[in-house]
Amino acid sequence: MESEGNSQGGARVITVSSGKGGVGKTTATANLGISLASLGNRVAVIDADIGLRNLDIIMGLENRIVYDLVDVVEGRSKLRQAMIKHKKFDDLFLIPAAQTRDKMAVSPEDMTRVTEELREDFDYILIDSPAGIERGFRNALEPADEVLIVTNPEVSAVRDADRIVGLIEAAEKGPGRLIINRLKTDLVRKGEMLSSDDVYDILGLAIIGIIPEDEAVLSASNSGIPVALNMNSQAGMAFSHVARRIMGEDVPFMNLDGNPGIFRRLMRLFDGR
Amino acid sequence: MSIIKSLFGRRRQGSGATAKNRLRFVLQHDRIHLPPERMEEMKREILAVIAKYLVVDQDRVEIDLEQRDRRQSKLVAEVPFSGQQPAASASDARLPAMSTDSAENP
Repeated sequence: MESEGNSQGGARVITVSSGKGGVGKTTATANLGISLASLGNRVAVIDADIGLRNLDIIMGLENRIVYDLVDVVEGRSKLRQAMIKHKKFDDLFLIPAAQTRDKMAVSPEDMTRVTEELREDFDYILIDSPAGIERGFRNALEPADEVLIVTNPEVSAVRDADRIVGLIEAAEKGPGRLIINRLKTDLVRKGEMLSSDDVYDILGLAIIGIIPEDEAVLSASNSGIPVALNMNSQAGMAFSHVARRIMGEDVPFMNLDGNPGIFRRLMRLFDGR
Repeated sequence: MSIIKSLFGRRRQGSGATAKNRLRFVLQHDRIHLPPERMEEMKREILAVIAKYLVVDQDRVEIDLEQRDRRQSKLVAEVPFSGQQPAASASDARLPAMSTDSAENP
């Protein structure tokens, strides 16, 4: 496994991508940042979605921005000046995207330069990739040691994830690992939603996390306190598990699909087996 | 017992299974950059060539795309036939490049 060690020394750079928008990429990045930090890691999260800044508001840091990634790239600020420390964790920093510019303001080489400067001071650098397969995605992909692909168990999201996987492999950053977000257990049980096994069969990609649909995620976004800080929520727990798997720990999956676990066991019970 | 089984044992009959099948089909074509219509065109051409030489049982022909993973695809064809095409020599005449050995030995 490549989970141990980082070829260049210092931080491991993990890009969170999806292809399709709206699948929960930014939410996943924020929560993995929080989870990794709460497990004692030094973490930097970078919002690479230039022009559509969002990671700051999901993390509750929107009021503290002075400088952003484009300011750093264009030399108006030092990298340190653009790094916003999280309220709860001294070793968690956000580098926000610019809100008024577009993707062309940053190049893949700029991203590499920024991450190289951060590497020695951190354990993990997470990059929130914009949706799509154009420049913004290329920027986010360039410095990646590993790519996580977020998808929903839904036809268009899975199709776009497959497209992204092809591009990740072509860039020799692959194969990448999958986070299945917003899985609805009850629907899977009724056969009305793709299960995590289905998504695995279709994409043929290792799954690093399954995040159940959870109302706590919306409340968390509303309040700017990521759900990973709420260990009473299923989604928060699931994100924390993903973080531990990123660190190389072997964490069993929660039983969310309904199929393989308790229901089948109940069936056997009724069958007298 | 059977009521319980019908309540809880029924799986993969809903729209989830349809989604899976549709995704499989569309991704096969996405990955090789060959849309289904072009694939059908290719199958027709392949069969037309075979039919010049053999009497093909058109109803039982199966030509399918199989994918082990993202990088490896193969075309699997089952083409049942009942014998040699009687007009084989006439067909040869329509393929001048194949009828002489000049093309193979420059």
